Amino acid sequence: MFSSAAGVLFDGFAYGMLLFLLSVGLSVTLGMMNFVNLAHCSFAMVGGYATVSLTGKLGWPFLATLPAAFLAGAAVSIVLERTLYRKLYRASDLDQCLLTIGIVFISVAAFAWFYSTEQQSVRVPDYLQGSVQVGAQSFAAYRLFLIAIGLLILGALVFLVERTRFGAQVRAAVDNQRMARGLGIDVDRAFMITFALGGGLAGLGGALAIQVVGLDPTFALAYLVYVLIVVAVGGLGSIGGSFAAAAVLGISDMAGKYYFPWLGAFLIYLVMVALLMWRPAGLFGKR
Amino acid sequence: MRWHPLEIVFWLCTLLPFVLTPNYLSLASQIAITALFALSLDLILGYAGIVSLGHAAFFGVGAYTAGLLAKHYWSEPLSGLILAAIVAGLVGYASSHIVVRFRHLALIMLTMGLGLLLHEAANSASGLTGGADGLQGFKVASVLGFKFDMFGRTAYGFSLLVLFVCFLVCRRIIHSPFGLALRGIRENATRMPAIGAPSRAHLRKAYTIAAVIAGIAGALLTQTTSTVSLEVLSFGRSADVLVILILGGAGRLYGGIIGAIIYMVARDQFSGLNPQYWYFWIGLLLVAVVMLLPNGILGGFAKFFPRRS
Repeated sequence: MFSSAAGVLFDGFAYGMLLFLLSVGLSVTLGMMNFVNLAHCSFAMVGGYATVSLTGKLGWPFLATLPAAFLAGAAVSIVLERTLYRKLYRASDLDQCLLTIGIVFISVAAFAWFYSTEQQSVRVPDYLQGSVQVGAQSFAAYRLFLIAIGLLILGALVFLVERTRFGAQVRAAVDNQRMARGLGIDVDRAFMITFALGGGLAGLGGALAIQVVGLDPTFALAYLVYVLIVVAVGGLGSIGGSFAAAAVLGISDMAGKYYFPWLGAFLIYLVMVALLMWRPAGLFGKR
Repeated sequence: MRWHPLEIVFWLCTLLPFVLTPNYLSLASQIAITALFALSLDLILGYAGIVSLGHAAFFGVGAYTAGLLAKHYWSEPLSGLILAAIVAGLVGYASSHIVVRFRHLALIMLTMGLGLLLHEAANSASGLTGGADGLQGFKVASVLGFKFDMFGRTAYGFSLLVLFVCFLVCRRIIHSPFGLALRGIRENATRMPAIGAPSRAHLRKAYTIAAVIAGIAGALLTQTTSTVSLEVLSFGRSADVLVILILGGAGRLYGGIIGAIIYMVARDQFSGLNPQYWYFWIGLLLVAVVMLLPNGILGGFAKFFPRRS
């Protein structure tokens, strides 16, 4: 019993780290500009397919493709931000939803066109495949790797936001955008950089997700729900909140699948509805 | 409220499919049902300002109620519609107490969460709902003496009639003082109580009415197709109807109907052309509408042909 509980906690936490990477960028950009970007998971898909192409056709090693996935996600998000999104910052939530859902549809069809609708897989190096024995418990190496990357990025982001000048600008813009502008902070520039960073992290998440959940063109829609849950429960603009919400969601999803398989995804939705009714602004949200 | 000549022309045009495109009557009845569903969302989204990503919940409740009734008890369609409307209304009234307390992202996520919960519940309770296989194997009796034929003549006539009746009801509601109060709440929910309009009670009422109409739309789908699939409760259906309404123009009575016609015809054409990639064109259409016509197609129309006052 104990070992199965520990296994569920470990697997769920690793899964949660994946959700954290996929959603943290959306949380911060939503908190800053109130821009509802439903196409965030399309950036993840861009990163995922970049990794598939690079490992498959060009024969790059898996680890070397991860920075490329980050760059691909960041590049696509910056192009979209410059050309389409910035015109709609003052538009209503609904127009933003509509535009970004349109982009999701286009990306789903475009990836189906170029890569077919089949599940893609990726070959990870041998040292990430087996499992690591600690005492009586064995841990899958790839999941340890996921947790390590998740914690590393959490640390880097917290440092960036709490300790640097750029981070102070981002925090000011999240707290009160108009006031930050009044103090001479270039919110548009800070937002563009944050947006690119968020898109890049999503791309990285998409690349890392292939080994765990696979990748097909409907990824952008299937994981949108999970990402929105993390953002809403964690609270807008909160990195720590996203981390906590992603961990809770990952663990409850794993526990639900392990202990109550007949309930399906019922349990996560129940957790989300209950948490939101308790704290509408999210666990760590201020608004 | 007087009828504009264009409105009369529009409703006369809805009869044209009987003569012009008799092979497409089942598509026409799907359009009428989707238009009715979009109309119900327009009441809460366009007029009361409640953004819902889980509206398919009521559509699905109506569809399953009509299906279970026809399968286990009797198959007379009109009473089925009424019962489906009542059940969907009860579910809507119960959930309205939760929904009207929240705004912005929490509201969107809660409506989505409640919709997903219902979808999962229907999926799990396969003894009652048939699970992923859906409900099949029931026949619907003739309506007012007309049998449901394979060309969809009765299906379209029946759907169109129900759509028209519900449209009249909605038209009456939004031009009433209650409808005006809803628009006031949409613009400023805290100021309305100060002039004597209880925001939350009004929103609960509007939400319940929208649930009733969505339930009727779902029941119509069941009765005209003689099947219920789990898809009636899906997130995809909630997202589709939102897209349809905004495409046509939210906050306008005809927005949902025009949106449904364009979306369903486009989907039919593009999927006939190239089944896998029709989403690409729909996506492009959405991006174009937002960038070029920010208030939907009818909003753009109103801008180019301003009304004489």
